[in-house]
Amino acid sequence: MSDKGKLALYWAASCGGCEIAVLAVNEKILDVANAFDIVFWPCVMDGKVRDIEKMPDKSIDLCLFNGGIRNSEQEYMARLLRRKAKVLVAFGSCAHEGCIPGLANMNSRDEILQFVYKDSPSADNPKGVLPEVETKVPEGTLHLPFFYDTLKTLGQTVDVDYYLPGCPPEPERIWDAIVAILSGKLPPPGSVIGAETTVCDDCPRKREEKKIKEFKRTWQIIPDTEKCLLEQGIVCCGIATRAGCGALCPQVGSPCIGCYGPNAGVEDFGARMMTAIASVIDSEDPEEIDRIIQEGIPDPVGTFYRFSLAHSSLRRSNRAGNGKPAAKEEEAEVSGR
Amino acid sequence: MSDGTFEPKIVGFLCNWCSYRAADLAGSSRVKYPPNVRIIRVMCSGRVDPTFALKAFELGADGVLLAGCHPGECHYLEQNYKAMRRFSMLKHTLRAMKLEEERFQLLWASAAEGNRFAEHVAKMTEEVRKLGPLSWRRNWIEKGLDDKEIEKFLKEHEEAMEVPAR
Ligand code: SF4
Ligand code: SF4
Ligand code: SF4
Repeated sequence: MSDKGKLALYWAASCGGCEIAVLAVNEKILDVANAFDIVFWPCVMDGKVRDIEKMPDKSIDLCLFNGGIRNSEQEYMARLLRRKAKVLVAFGSCAHEGCIPGLANMNSRDEILQFVYKDSPSADNPKGVLPEVETKVPEGTLHLPFFYDTLKTLGQTVDVDYYLPGCPPEPERIWDAIVAILSGKLPPPGSVIGAETTVCDDCPRKREEKKIKEFKRTWQIIPDTEKCLLEQGIVCCGIATRAGCGALCPQVGSPCIGCYGPNAGVEDFGARMMTAIASVIDSEDPEEIDRIIQEGIPDPVGTFYRFSLAHSSLRRSNRAGNGKPAAKEEEAEVSGR
Repeated sequence: MSDGTFEPKIVGFLCNWCSYRAADLAGSSRVKYPPNVRIIRVMCSGRVDPTFALKAFELGADGVLLAGCHPGECHYLEQNYKAMRRFSMLKHTLRAMKLEEERFQLLWASAAEGNRFAEHVAKMTEEVRKLGPLSWRRNWIEKGLDDKEIEKFLKEHEEAMEVPAR
Protein backbone atom coordinates (compact mmCIF):
# COMPACT_ATOMS: atom_id res chain seq x y z
CA MET A 1 0.00 0.00 0.00
CA SER A 2 1.24 3.47 -0.81
CA ASP A 3 1.38 6.14 1.84
CA LYS A 4 -0.94 8.35 -0.17
CA GLY A 5 -4.13 9.60 1.44
CA LYS A 6 -7.34 7.76 0.83
CA LEU A 7 -10.21 9.49 -0.93
CA ALA A 8 -13.82 8.39 -1.24
CA LEU A 9 -16.61 9.99 -3.23
CA TYR A 10 -20.24 9.14 -2.97
CA TRP A 11 -23.58 10.36 -4.26
CA ALA A 12 -26.95 10.10 -2.63
CA ALA A 13 -30.07 12.00 -3.79
CA SER A 14 -28.44 14.03 -6.52
CA CYS A 15 -28.43 14.66 -10.24
CA GLY A 16 -24.89 13.56 -10.98
CA GLY A 17 -23.73 17.06 -11.83
CA CYS A 18 -21.48 17.21 -8.81
CA GLU A 19 -19.67 14.06 -9.93
CA ILE A 20 -19.08 15.66 -13.30
CA ALA A 21 -17.93 18.85 -11.58
CA VAL A 22 -15.17 16.90 -9.83
CA LEU A 23 -13.96 15.73 -13.22
CA ALA A 24 -14.12 19.31 -14.49
CA VAL A 25 -10.98 20.14 -12.55
CA ASN A 26 -9.55 18.69 -15.79
CA GLU A 27 -5.93 17.65 -15.79
CA LYS A 28 -5.67 18.55 -12.12
CA ILE A 29 -7.57 15.30 -11.50
CA LEU A 30 -4.14 13.74 -12.00
CA ASP A 31 -2.83 15.80 -9.11
CA VAL A 32 -5.73 14.51 -7.07
CA ALA A 33 -4.77 10.98 -8.05
CA ASN A 34 -1.16 11.74 -7.10
CA ALA A 35 -2.21 12.84 -3.66
CA PHE A 36 -4.90 10.26 -3.00
CA ASP A 37 -5.72 6.65 -3.60
CA ILE A 38 -9.35 6.69 -4.61
CA VAL A 39 -10.88 3.89 -2.57
CA PHE A 40 -14.51 4.40 -3.49
CA TRP A 41 -16.26 6.28 -6.30
CA PRO A 42 -19.25 4.30 -7.60
CA CYS A 43 -19.92 6.73 -10.45
CA VAL A 44 -16.47 6.32 -11.96
CA MET A 45 -14.93 3.05 -10.79
CA ASP A 46 -15.87 -0.30 -9.38
CA GLY A 47 -15.95 -0.54 -5.63
CA LYS A 48 -17.99 -2.43 -3.11
CA VAL A 49 -19.75 -1.15 -0.03
CA ARG A 50 -18.55 -4.23 1.79
CA ASP A 51 -14.95 -3.29 1.19
CA ILE A 52 -15.64 0.03 2.86
CA GLU A 53 -17.39 -1.71 5.74
CA LYS A 54 -14.28 -3.79 6.30
CA MET A 55 -11.94 -0.80 6.49
CA PRO A 56 -10.95 0.37 9.96
CA ASP A 57 -12.79 3.45 11.23
CA LYS A 58 -11.21 6.79 10.23
CA SER A 59 -9.05 5.13 7.60
CA ILE A 60 -10.39 7.27 4.74
CA ASP A 61 -8.72 10.67 4.81
CA LEU A 62 -11.29 12.57 2.84
CA CYS A 63 -14.80 11.82 1.68
CA LEU A 64 -16.59 14.13 -0.73
CA PHE A 65 -20.26 13.34 -0.33
CA ASN A 66 -22.81 14.83 -2.70
CA GLY A 67 -26.57 14.50 -2.64
CA GLY A 68 -29.25 14.75 0.01
CA ILE A 69 -30.64 11.91 2.11
CA ARG A 70 -33.86 10.67 0.60
CA ASN A 71 -33.96 7.03 1.68
CA SER A 72 -32.62 4.57 4.22
CA GLU A 73 -29.80 3.33 1.99
CA GLN A 74 -28.45 6.84 1.57
CA GLU A 75 -28.61 7.38 5.30
CA TYR A 76 -26.80 4.10 5.84
CA MET A 77 -24.04 5.19 3.45
CA ALA A 78 -23.82 8.60 5.10
CA ARG A 79 -23.36 6.99 8.50
CA LEU A 80 -20.90 4.43 7.16
CA LEU A 81 -18.75 7.01 5.39
CA ARG A 82 -18.92 9.30 8.41
CA ARG A 83 -17.49 6.48 10.49
CA LYS A 84 -14.77 5.61 8.02
CA ALA A 85 -13.71 9.13 7.02
CA LYS A 86 -11.51 11.54 8.93
CA VAL A 87 -12.87 14.51 6.99
CA LEU A 88 -16.38 14.44 5.58
CA VAL A 89 -17.27 17.20 3.14
CA ALA A 90 -20.86 17.95 2.14
CA PHE A 91 -20.13 18.54 -1.51
CA GLY A 92 -22.51 20.72 -3.48
CA SER A 93 -25.89 22.17 -2.79
CA CYS A 94 -27.79 18.87 -2.50
CA ALA A 95 -25.65 17.66 0.41
CA HIS A 96 -25.39 21.15 1.88
CA GLU A 97 -28.96 22.42 1.56
CA GLY A 98 -31.12 19.75 -0.07
CA CYS A 99 -31.21 21.64 -3.36
CA ILE A 100 -33.69 20.66 -6.08
CA PRO A 101 -34.40 17.17 -4.65
CA GLY A 102 -35.29 18.98 -1.41
CA LEU A 103 -38.09 20.88 -3.16
CA ALA A 104 -39.99 17.59 -2.99
CA ASN A 105 -40.41 18.49 0.68
CA MET A 106 -43.41 20.45 -0.55
CA ASN A 107 -45.16 17.10 -0.84
CA SER A 108 -45.49 13.93 1.19
CA ARG A 109 -44.05 10.54 0.31
CA ASP A 110 -47.52 9.30 -0.68
CA GLU A 111 -48.11 12.24 -3.01
CA ILE A 112 -44.70 11.76 -4.62
CA LEU A 113 -45.16 8.02 -5.18
CA GLN A 114 -48.69 8.58 -6.44
CA PHE A 115 -47.51 11.08 -9.04
CA VAL A 116 -44.35 9.35 -10.14
CA TYR A 117 -45.78 5.83 -10.43
CA LYS A 118 -49.40 6.54 -11.34
CA ASP A 119 -50.38 10.06 -12.37
CA SER A 120 -47.42 11.39 -14.34
CA PRO A 121 -48.11 11.53 -18.10
CA SER A 122 -45.31 9.09 -18.87
CA ALA A 123 -46.33 6.50 -16.28
CA ASP A 124 -47.40 3.16 -17.75
CA ASN A 125 -48.47 1.19 -14.71
CA PRO A 126 -51.91 -0.36 -15.25
CA LYS A 127 -51.68 -2.49 -12.12
CA GLY A 128 -50.72 0.52 -10.03
CA VAL A 129 -47.60 -1.14 -8.63
CA LEU A 130 -45.70 0.89 -6.06
CA PRO A 131 -42.20 0.15 -4.75
CA GLU A 132 -42.27 -1.90 -1.55
CA VAL A 133 -39.45 -2.23 0.97
CA GLU A 134 -40.00 -5.97 0.96
CA THR A 135 -41.22 -8.10 -1.90
CA LYS A 136 -41.64 -11.84 -1.59
CA VAL A 137 -40.72 -13.83 -4.68
CA PRO A 138 -40.36 -17.61 -4.95
CA GLU A 139 -36.59 -17.30 -4.48
CA GLY A 140 -36.87 -15.31 -1.25
CA THR A 141 -37.43 -11.75 -0.10
CA LEU A 142 -36.20 -8.77 -2.09
CA HIS A 143 -35.45 -5.45 -0.42
CA LEU A 144 -35.63 -1.85 -1.54
CA PRO A 145 -34.52 1.14 0.53
CA PHE A 146 -37.23 2.89 2.51
CA PHE A 147 -38.20 6.17 0.83
CA TYR A 148 -38.44 8.97 3.39
CA ASP A 149 -41.22 11.49 3.70
CA THR A 150 -38.72 14.32 4.02
CA LEU A 151 -35.41 14.83 2.30
CA LYS A 152 -32.68 15.64 4.79
CA THR A 153 -29.38 17.33 4.18
CA LEU A 154 -26.17 15.50 4.96
CA GLY A 155 -25.62 17.80 7.94
CA GLN A 156 -29.04 16.92 9.31
CA THR A 157 -28.06 13.26 9.13
CA VAL A 158 -24.46 13.03 10.36
CA ASP A 159 -21.79 15.44 11.55
CA VAL A 160 -20.21 17.21 8.61
CA ASP A 161 -16.73 18.73 8.76
CA TYR A 162 -16.96 21.11 5.81
CA TYR A 163 -19.48 22.33 3.32
CA LEU A 164 -18.62 23.09 -0.26
CA PRO A 165 -21.49 25.11 -1.75
CA GLY A 166 -22.69 25.33 -5.32
CA CYS A 167 -24.95 23.50 -7.74
CA PRO A 168 -22.48 22.23 -8.65
CA PRO A 169 -19.40 23.82 -7.04
CA GLU A 170 -17.23 25.60 -9.59
CA PRO A 171 -14.11 23.57 -10.53
CA GLU A 172 -11.80 26.35 -9.28
CA ARG A 173 -13.52 26.28 -5.88
CA ILE A 174 -13.24 22.49 -5.75
CA TRP A 175 -9.55 22.78 -6.46
CA ASP A 176 -9.17 25.50 -3.79
CA ALA A 177 -10.87 23.24 -1.29
CA ILE A 178 -8.70 20.24 -2.15
CA VAL A 179 -5.58 22.37 -1.83
CA ALA A 180 -6.81 23.71 1.51
CA ILE A 181 -7.48 20.19 2.74
CA LEU A 182 -4.13 18.86 1.50
CA SER A 183 -2.19 21.70 3.07
CA GLY A 184 -4.21 21.58 6.27
CA LYS A 185 -5.15 25.25 5.88
CA LEU A 186 -8.74 24.80 6.87
CA PRO A 187 -11.37 26.89 8.55
CA PRO A 188 -12.87 25.62 11.81
CA PRO A 189 -14.85 22.37 11.45
CA GLY A 190 -18.47 22.82 10.50
CA SER A 191 -17.83 25.82 8.28
CA VAL A 192 -18.44 26.47 4.65
CA ILE A 193 -15.31 26.56 2.52
CA GLY A 194 -15.91 29.61 0.40
CA ALA A 195 -16.14 33.36 0.08
CA GLU A 196 -17.87 35.59 2.60
CA THR A 197 -19.23 38.08 0.13
CA THR A 198 -22.32 37.94 -2.04
CA VAL A 199 -22.88 37.44 -5.74
CA CYS A 200 -23.84 41.14 -5.89
CA ASP A 201 -20.27 42.00 -4.87
CA ASP A 202 -19.01 40.20 -7.98
CA CYS A 203 -21.74 41.47 -10.25
CA PRO A 204 -20.77 44.25 -12.67
CA ARG A 205 -24.31 45.59 -13.02
CA LYS A 206 -25.00 49.14 -11.86
CA ARG A 207 -27.06 49.59 -8.74
CA GLU A 208 -29.14 52.62 -7.94
CA GLU A 209 -32.27 52.89 -5.90
CA LYS A 210 -34.54 49.89 -6.08
CA LYS A 211 -38.24 50.67 -6.33
CA ILE A 212 -40.55 48.18 -7.92
CA LYS A 213 -44.23 48.37 -8.83
CA GLU A 214 -44.29 45.01 -10.52
CA PHE A 215 -42.12 41.89 -10.65
CA LYS A 216 -41.39 40.33 -13.99
CA ARG A 217 -40.65 36.74 -14.93
CA THR A 218 -37.56 36.29 -17.07
CA TRP A 219 -39.59 35.58 -20.22
CA GLN A 220 -41.53 38.81 -19.91
CA ILE A 221 -38.63 41.18 -20.38
CA ILE A 222 -35.40 41.62 -22.27
CA PRO A 223 -33.36 43.18 -19.53
CA ASP A 224 -31.19 46.23 -19.87
CA THR A 225 -27.60 45.03 -20.06
CA GLU A 226 -26.12 47.47 -17.55
CA LYS A 227 -28.66 47.90 -14.82
CA CYS A 228 -29.13 45.66 -11.78
CA LEU A 229 -31.73 43.04 -12.64
CA LEU A 230 -33.60 43.49 -9.40
CA GLU A 231 -34.06 47.16 -10.20
CA GLN A 232 -35.70 46.03 -13.43
CA GLY A 233 -38.21 43.95 -11.47
CA ILE A 234 -36.55 40.58 -11.96
CA VAL A 235 -36.20 38.63 -8.73
CA CYS A 236 -32.44 38.17 -8.43
CA CYS A 237 -31.06 36.23 -5.46
CA GLY A 238 -27.56 37.69 -5.70
CA ILE A 239 -28.21 39.72 -2.56
CA ALA A 240 -28.39 36.69 -0.26
CA THR A 241 -26.16 34.29 -2.17
CA ARG A 242 -22.55 33.48 -1.35
CA ALA A 243 -20.08 34.50 -4.00
CA GLY A 244 -18.01 31.79 -5.66
CA CYS A 245 -19.21 31.60 -9.24
CA GLY A 246 -18.07 35.07 -10.34
CA ALA A 247 -21.70 36.18 -10.81
CA LEU A 248 -22.10 33.94 -13.85
CA CYS A 249 -25.83 34.33 -14.32
CA PRO A 250 -26.49 38.08 -13.92
CA GLN A 251 -23.57 38.78 -16.25
CA VAL A 252 -25.48 37.14 -19.07
CA GLY A 253 -28.81 38.67 -18.17
CA SER A 254 -30.20 35.81 -16.15
CA PRO A 255 -31.03 36.37 -12.49
CA CYS A 256 -29.05 34.61 -9.80
CA ILE A 257 -31.28 31.85 -8.46
CA GLY A 258 -29.15 31.24 -5.40
CA CYS A 259 -27.26 28.06 -6.20
CA TYR A 260 -24.24 28.95 -4.05
CA GLY A 261 -26.42 28.96 -0.97
CA PRO A 262 -26.71 31.50 1.83
CA ASN A 263 -23.86 33.91 2.38
CA ALA A 264 -22.09 33.77 5.75
CA GLY A 265 -24.36 35.07 8.49
CA VAL A 266 -27.57 34.30 6.63
CA GLU A 267 -29.49 31.86 8.78
CA ASP A 268 -32.41 31.21 6.46
CA PHE A 269 -31.86 31.97 2.80
CA GLY A 270 -35.55 32.40 1.99
CA ALA A 271 -36.12 34.75 4.89
CA ARG A 272 -33.23 36.93 3.75
CA MET A 273 -34.61 36.99 0.23
CA MET A 274 -38.11 37.81 1.44
CA THR A 275 -36.71 40.73 3.42
CA ALA A 276 -34.76 42.00 0.44
CA ILE A 277 -37.56 41.60 -2.06
CA ALA A 278 -40.20 43.07 0.24
CA SER A 279 -38.15 46.20 0.75
CA VAL A 280 -37.96 47.06 -2.95
CA ILE A 281 -41.74 47.10 -3.36
CA ASP A 282 -42.85 50.66 -3.92
CA SER A 283 -46.25 50.79 -2.28
CA GLU A 284 -47.85 51.60 1.04
CA ASP A 285 -51.23 50.14 0.24
CA PRO A 286 -51.72 46.64 1.68
CA GLU A 287 -53.96 45.51 -1.16
CA GLU A 288 -51.61 46.73 -3.84
CA ILE A 289 -48.70 45.08 -2.03
CA ASP A 290 -50.54 41.75 -1.88
CA ARG A 291 -51.34 42.03 -5.57
CA ILE A 292 -47.76 42.85 -6.59
CA ILE A 293 -46.48 39.89 -4.57
CA GLN A 294 -49.08 37.37 -5.63
CA GLU A 295 -48.95 38.21 -9.32
CA GLY A 296 -45.21 38.69 -9.49
CA ILE A 297 -44.11 35.72 -7.39
CA PRO A 298 -46.54 32.89 -8.12
CA ASP A 299 -44.21 30.26 -6.63
CA PRO A 300 -42.64 31.77 -3.51
CA VAL A 301 -41.11 28.53 -2.22
CA GLY A 302 -39.54 27.75 -5.59
CA THR A 303 -38.31 31.33 -5.80
CA PHE A 304 -36.92 31.81 -2.30
CA TYR A 305 -36.06 28.22 -1.38
CA ARG A 306 -35.14 26.71 -4.72
CA PHE A 307 -31.94 25.28 -3.29
CA SER A 308 -32.48 25.43 0.43
CA LEU A 309 -35.89 24.18 1.47
CA ALA A 310 -34.55 21.14 3.34
CA HIS A 311 -31.92 23.33 5.02
CA SER A 312 -34.39 26.07 5.95
CA SER A 313 -35.99 26.72 9.30
CA LEU A 314 -39.18 25.01 8.21
CA ARG A 315 -37.50 22.20 6.22
CA ARG A 316 -40.71 21.06 4.60
CA SER A 317 -44.35 22.01 4.13
CA ASN A 318 -46.89 21.39 6.84
CA ARG A 319 -47.87 17.76 6.74
CA ALA A 320 -51.46 16.62 6.87
CA GLY A 321 -52.40 15.28 10.27
CA ASN A 322 -51.05 18.17 12.23
CA GLY A 323 -53.52 20.00 14.37
CA LYS A 324 -54.23 16.90 16.38
CA PRO A 325 -52.65 16.83 19.80
CA ALA A 326 -49.47 14.79 19.64
CA ALA A 327 -49.29 11.37 21.25
CA LYS A 328 -47.13 11.27 24.38
CA GLU A 329 -44.03 9.64 22.93
CA GLU A 330 -44.23 11.79 19.82
CA GLU A 331 -44.49 14.90 21.98
CA ALA A 332 -41.23 13.92 23.66
CA GLU A 333 -39.58 13.45 20.29
CA VAL A 334 -40.83 16.80 19.07
CA SER A 335 -39.69 18.77 22.08
CA GLY A 336 -36.25 17.13 22.39
CA ARG A 337 -34.13 18.74 19.72
CA MET B 1 -52.12 19.36 26.73
CA SER B 2 -52.11 15.92 28.31
CA ASP B 3 -55.55 16.38 29.95
CA GLY B 4 -57.09 17.09 26.55
CA THR B 5 -57.23 20.88 26.72
CA PHE B 6 -54.91 22.61 24.34
CA GLU B 7 -53.47 26.04 25.15
CA PRO B 8 -51.98 27.60 22.02
CA LYS B 9 -48.50 29.06 22.31
CA ILE B 10 -48.46 32.34 20.41
CA VAL B 11 -45.32 34.41 20.04
CA GLY B 12 -46.05 38.12 19.76
CA PHE B 13 -43.52 40.55 18.36
CA LEU B 14 -44.66 43.93 19.67
CA CYS B 15 -43.14 47.27 18.81
CA ASN B 16 -41.90 49.34 21.69
CA TRP B 17 -43.77 52.52 20.87
CA CYS B 18 -47.34 51.43 20.16
CA SER B 19 -48.28 47.81 20.48
CA TYR B 20 -46.19 47.03 23.52
CA ARG B 21 -47.75 50.04 25.20
CA ALA B 22 -51.17 48.85 24.11
CA ALA B 23 -50.45 45.53 25.81
CA ASP B 24 -49.21 47.44 28.83
CA LEU B 25 -52.35 49.52 28.92
CA ALA B 26 -54.51 46.41 28.62
CA GLY B 27 -52.63 45.06 31.63
CA SER B 28 -52.73 48.18 33.77
CA SER B 29 -56.40 48.80 33.04
CA ARG B 30 -57.11 45.16 33.93
CA VAL B 31 -58.66 44.20 30.62
CA LYS B 32 -59.09 40.44 30.69
CA TYR B 33 -57.60 38.47 27.79
CA PRO B 34 -56.08 35.02 27.37
CA PRO B 35 -52.48 34.67 28.56
CA ASN B 36 -51.40 32.77 25.44
CA VAL B 37 -49.19 35.39 23.84
CA ARG B 38 -45.53 35.33 24.81
CA ILE B 39 -44.52 38.88 24.16
CA ILE B 40 -41.18 39.80 22.65
CA ARG B 41 -40.59 43.54 22.66
CA VAL B 42 -38.83 44.89 19.60
CA MET B 43 -37.98 48.53 18.94
CA CYS B 44 -40.06 48.59 15.77
CA SER B 45 -42.24 46.20 13.79
CA GLY B 46 -39.84 46.95 10.95
CA ARG B 47 -37.14 45.17 12.94
CA VAL B 48 -39.00 41.88 12.68
CA ASP B 49 -37.20 39.78 10.12
CA PRO B 50 -39.12 36.85 8.58
CA THR B 51 -36.44 34.68 10.22
CA PHE B 52 -37.95 35.53 13.63
CA ALA B 53 -41.35 34.19 12.69
CA LEU B 54 -39.91 31.10 11.02
CA LYS B 55 -37.76 30.39 14.08
CA ALA B 56 -40.78 30.74 16.35
CA PHE B 57 -42.74 28.19 14.33
CA GLU B 58 -39.72 25.90 14.13
CA LEU B 59 -39.25 26.03 17.90
CA GLY B 60 -42.85 25.16 18.66
CA ALA B 61 -45.07 28.23 18.41
CA ASP B 62 -48.64 27.50 17.31
CA GLY B 63 -49.07 31.06 16.10
CA VAL B 64 -47.11 34.24 15.54
CA LEU B 65 -48.51 37.73 16.00
CA LEU B 66 -46.76 40.74 14.58
CA ALA B 67 -47.97 44.06 15.96
CA GLY B 68 -46.92 47.63 15.33
CA CYS B 69 -48.08 51.23 15.13
CA HIS B 70 -50.79 52.11 12.64
CA PRO B 71 -49.52 52.89 9.14
CA GLY B 72 -48.41 56.49 9.07
CA GLU B 73 -47.76 56.57 12.82
CA CYS B 74 -44.44 54.75 13.01
CA HIS B 75 -42.00 56.15 15.53
CA TYR B 76 -39.33 55.68 12.90
CA LEU B 77 -41.56 57.20 10.19
CA GLU B 78 -41.86 54.47 7.57
CA GLN B 79 -40.56 51.25 9.04
CA ASN B 80 -43.97 49.74 9.67
CA TYR B 81 -44.62 49.90 5.93
CA LYS B 82 -41.63 47.62 5.67
CA ALA B 83 -43.27 45.35 8.20
CA MET B 84 -46.44 45.42 6.10
CA ARG B 85 -44.59 44.34 2.95
CA ARG B 86 -42.60 41.66 4.71
CA PHE B 87 -45.73 40.35 6.37
CA SER B 88 -47.47 40.07 3.03
CA MET B 89 -44.43 38.37 1.49
CA LEU B 90 -43.98 35.88 4.33
CA LYS B 91 -47.69 35.17 4.49
CA HIS B 92 -47.67 34.35 0.78
CA THR B 93 -44.79 31.93 1.33
CA LEU B 94 -46.29 30.34 4.45
CA ARG B 95 -49.52 29.76 2.56
CA ALA B 96 -47.52 27.82 -0.02
CA MET B 97 -46.01 25.85 2.86
CA LYS B 98 -49.55 24.82 3.82
CA LEU B 99 -49.59 26.76 7.05
CA GLU B 100 -53.09 27.86 8.09
CA GLU B 101 -53.74 31.59 7.63
CA GLU B 102 -54.86 32.14 11.23
CA ARG B 103 -51.48 31.16 12.60
CA PHE B 104 -49.69 34.24 11.32
CA GLN B 105 -51.37 37.57 11.92
CA LEU B 106 -50.63 41.26 11.75
CA LEU B 107 -52.19 43.83 14.06
CA TRP B 108 -51.91 47.59 14.15
CA ALA B 109 -52.53 48.88 17.67
CA SER B 110 -51.62 52.30 19.03
CA ALA B 111 -50.54 52.96 22.59
CA ALA B 112 -54.12 53.95 23.46
CA GLU B 113 -55.67 50.78 22.08
CA GLY B 114 -55.38 48.37 25.00
CA ASN B 115 -58.82 47.00 24.26
CA ARG B 116 -58.15 46.49 20.59
CA PHE B 117 -54.99 44.56 21.45
CA ALA B 118 -56.77 42.41 24.05
CA GLU B 119 -59.64 41.65 21.69
CA HIS B 120 -57.32 40.66 18.89
CA VAL B 121 -55.34 38.34 21.15
CA ALA B 122 -58.57 36.76 22.39
CA LYS B 123 -59.78 36.24 18.82
CA MET B 124 -56.47 34.88 17.55
CA THR B 125 -56.13 32.55 20.55
CA GLU B 126 -59.55 31.08 19.81
CA GLU B 127 -58.77 30.70 16.12
CA VAL B 128 -55.50 28.91 16.80
CA ARG B 129 -57.10 26.82 19.51
CA LYS B 130 -59.62 25.59 16.96
CA LEU B 131 -56.82 24.61 14.59
CA GLY B 132 -55.00 22.65 17.26
CA PRO B 133 -51.27 22.39 17.93
CA LEU B 134 -48.83 23.00 15.11
CA SER B 135 -45.67 21.25 16.42
CA TRP B 136 -43.81 21.97 13.21
CA ARG B 137 -40.94 19.65 14.04
CA ARG B 138 -43.32 16.73 13.82
CA ASN B 139 -43.47 17.37 10.10
CA TRP B 140 -40.03 15.99 9.50
CA ILE B 141 -39.79 13.23 12.08
CA GLU B 142 -40.11 9.86 10.40
CA LYS B 143 -41.41 8.30 13.60
CA GLY B 144 -38.35 6.12 14.13
CA LEU B 145 -38.91 4.29 10.85
CA ASP B 146 -35.53 5.30 9.45
CA ASP B 147 -33.52 3.63 12.21
CA LYS B 148 -35.45 0.41 11.80
CA GLU B 149 -34.86 0.40 8.07
CA ILE B 150 -31.17 1.13 8.45
CA GLU B 151 -30.78 -1.71 10.93
CA LYS B 152 -32.01 -3.98 8.14
CA PHE B 153 -29.06 -2.99 5.95
CA LEU B 154 -26.63 -3.80 8.70
CA LYS B 155 -28.23 -7.18 9.17
CA GLU B 156 -28.30 -8.00 5.49
CA HIS B 157 -24.70 -6.94 5.05
CA GLU B 158 -23.53 -8.77 8.15
CA GLU B 159 -25.17 -11.95 6.97
CA ALA B 160 -23.41 -11.71 3.66
CA MET B 161 -20.02 -10.78 5.06
CA GLU B 162 -17.30 -12.69 6.73
CA VAL B 163 -16.34 -9.63 8.83
CA PRO B 164 -19.07 -7.89 10.82
CA ALA B 165 -19.77 -4.30 9.77
CA ARG B 166 -19.17 -3.02 13.28
S1 SF4 C 1 -25.79 20.16 -6.14
FE1 SF4 C 1 -26.63 20.52 -8.19
S2 SF4 C 1 -25.10 19.59 -9.53
FE2 SF4 C 1 -24.74 18.78 -7.49
S3 SF4 C 1 -25.93 16.88 -7.41
FE3 SF4 C 1 -27.21 18.51 -6.59
S4 SF4 C 1 -28.44 19.18 -8.31
FE4 SF4 C 1 -26.70 18.07 -9.15
S1 SF4 D 1 -29.31 41.85 -7.45
FE1 SF4 D 1 -28.55 40.56 -9.13
S2 SF4 D 1 -28.30 41.93 -10.86
FE2 SF4 D 1 -28.46 43.21 -9.05
S3 SF4 D 1 -26.36 43.54 -8.40
FE3 SF4 D 1 -27.07 41.74 -7.30
S4 SF4 D 1 -26.47 40.00 -8.54
FE4 SF4 D 1 -26.31 41.84 -9.84
S1 SF4 E 1 -25.11 33.69 -10.29
FE1 SF4 E 1 -26.22 32.66 -8.65
S2 SF4 E 1 -27.35 31.01 -9.65
FE2 SF4 E 1 -25.77 31.71 -11.09
S3 SF4 E 1 -24.04 30.33 -10.73
FE3 SF4 E 1 -23.75 32.15 -9.45
S4 SF4 E 1 -24.66 31.63 -7.46
FE4 SF4 E 1 -25.41 30.16 -8.96
